[in-house]
Amino acid sequence: MHLILFLVFAAFCLAGAVNLLLQSHPISSALSLVVVMTSLAVLYLLLGAEFLAAAQVIVYAGAIMVLFTFVVMLLNAGREERTLGSRAYAIVGFPAIVAILAVIATIILHTHGFGAVALRQGITSTQDLSRVLFTSLLLPFEVTSVLILIAILGAVALARRGDGERTAGN
Amino acid sequence: MSGMNVPATIDQIFILFTHWAASFFPPAFRPLIGVLLGVAGIISVFPALFALTVLFERKGLGRIQNRYGPNRVGPFGLFQPIADGVKALIKEDIVPFSADAVVHFLAPIVFLTAVFMGYAVLPVGRNMELVNLDAGLLFFFAMSATSELSVFMAGWSSRNKFSLLGAMRAVAQMISYEVPLLLSSVAVVMIAGSLSLPKIIAQQNQYTGQFPHWYIFTPWGLAAAFMYAIAATAETNRSPFDLPEAESELTAGYHTEYSSMKFAMFFMSEYGNMITVGCVATLMFLGGWTSPFGNLIPLPNNIVLQALIPIFWFVLKVFSFLFLYVWVRGTLPRFRYDQLMNFGWRYLMPLAILNIVGTSFWLAYR
Repeated sequence: MHLILFLVFAAFCLAGAVNLLLQSHPISSALSLVVVMTSLAVLYLLLGAEFLAAAQVIVYAGAIMVLFTFVVMLLNAGREERTLGSRAYAIVGFPAIVAILAVIATIILHTHGFGAVALRQGITSTQDLSRVLFTSLLLPFEVTSVLILIAILGAVALARRGDGERTAGN
Repeated sequence: MSGMNVPATIDQIFILFTHWAASFFPPAFRPLIGVLLGVAGIISVFPALFALTVLFERKGLGRIQNRYGPNRVGPFGLFQPIADGVKALIKEDIVPFSADAVVHFLAPIVFLTAVFMGYAVLPVGRNMELVNLDAGLLFFFAMSATSELSVFMAGWSSRNKFSLLGAMRAVAQMISYEVPLLLSSVAVVMIAGSLSLPKIIAQQNQYTGQFPHWYIFTPWGLAAAFMYAIAATAETNRSPFDLPEAESELTAGYHTEYSSMKFAMFFMSEYGNMITVGCVATLMFLGGWTSPFGNLIPLPNNIVLQALIPIFWFVLKVFSFLFLYVWVRGTLPRFRYDQLMNFGWRYLMPLAILNIVGTSFWLAYR
């Protein structure tokens, strides 16, 4: 039953990702992103990471909603324009992406040496997760928080400056 | 201090029933049948609760406004929801010509599915929940976050100005009020030390003499309950926060272009959301299915009655929360939009954060 669920949602995830790239309308792309994220949440659930799955849905549902509102209000929800592009990009681009991803994958596999991961009934409890997060992984956790804080401050600063210029211009 | 001593076998009644029903099938299918039975139970019980809630609201509003409310169909108008359902089913289903057909079709389905998935983690009695998730509370909030998505899908895919405006209002409001909703529940999680709903109830199922240890009877719990109730009202788009469907400004809001059963599905999901929010309030602050009188009332000898008593308390508490909703709707006028946003961000959120700080001190110097 786990295997069937895994196959179904992995297929959903991949289909959503491909659709995300192929859609020309920004909102259709964002909706496909929702499909990708929720299928990923189900995959986390199958691996026994309940907290991660729920957090994934909360965070991405919220974040994608903000994205939607920005698309509608600021970008005026137009279609992407299809540029034909140069052939050189198509010839060089795809192999280059494949090469980069292959390098990243081999490096990760070499450093961690992943074995087989079983789909299982067992569940990582929230307590275990937070114990790891606040002891052995404390530094990366805090650094990530600071990074996000900087991003928020940067966004606010950019938005405010634009607003100020407009009022000064008027 | 003593817990309520329900005999151990009673609370296994649903599990035993599922095992018994699954034993008629070959062993390979048994887990699947067990799950399907649970899902069927939820899908059949909660719509009945929804019908009762609608009737309860219409009757209650009628009482507040000095009129009778529905009283034509059946005794005391009890069959009114059935008549409404039949009416919705036989009406024509109109999809606007320029609408995005797929998204327009999916929006109500996503909404209703998310609401039903939220019910899966709610315990209505000891061991009476479909799945016991370790992060159950978080799962519930994840499902209620999904409703924002379907509201946006509905408003955007209709290609209608009123729909889109209503959807944008609804999304902005729900995102804003989700913050205090989550923050007010953090206080409960901190004291209970768990995100699992059965554990939160087990913490409250203790008595000093006959006095229950419900979280609403603690200072931080009372504050959190107030903030939760306000944020939940806004989260479910209920009056006085029902700006997304303000009739005088927006016709009907995000579901303007929906008719027939699809409209009924939105209607169902909104009331379903109300019920889930009421259930979670009951679980977090009012002690869930535990009795308010402790051991004062002796347990009856009848085994079925013993199983029904926790469910009775649970439903009674949920309906008292829903009564609060109806009462507020019948009493208060609608907010202005800037008032709504100011109230959410400038008062409710700082208060919720302050409450978390207060709870930390309570925990540290208890």
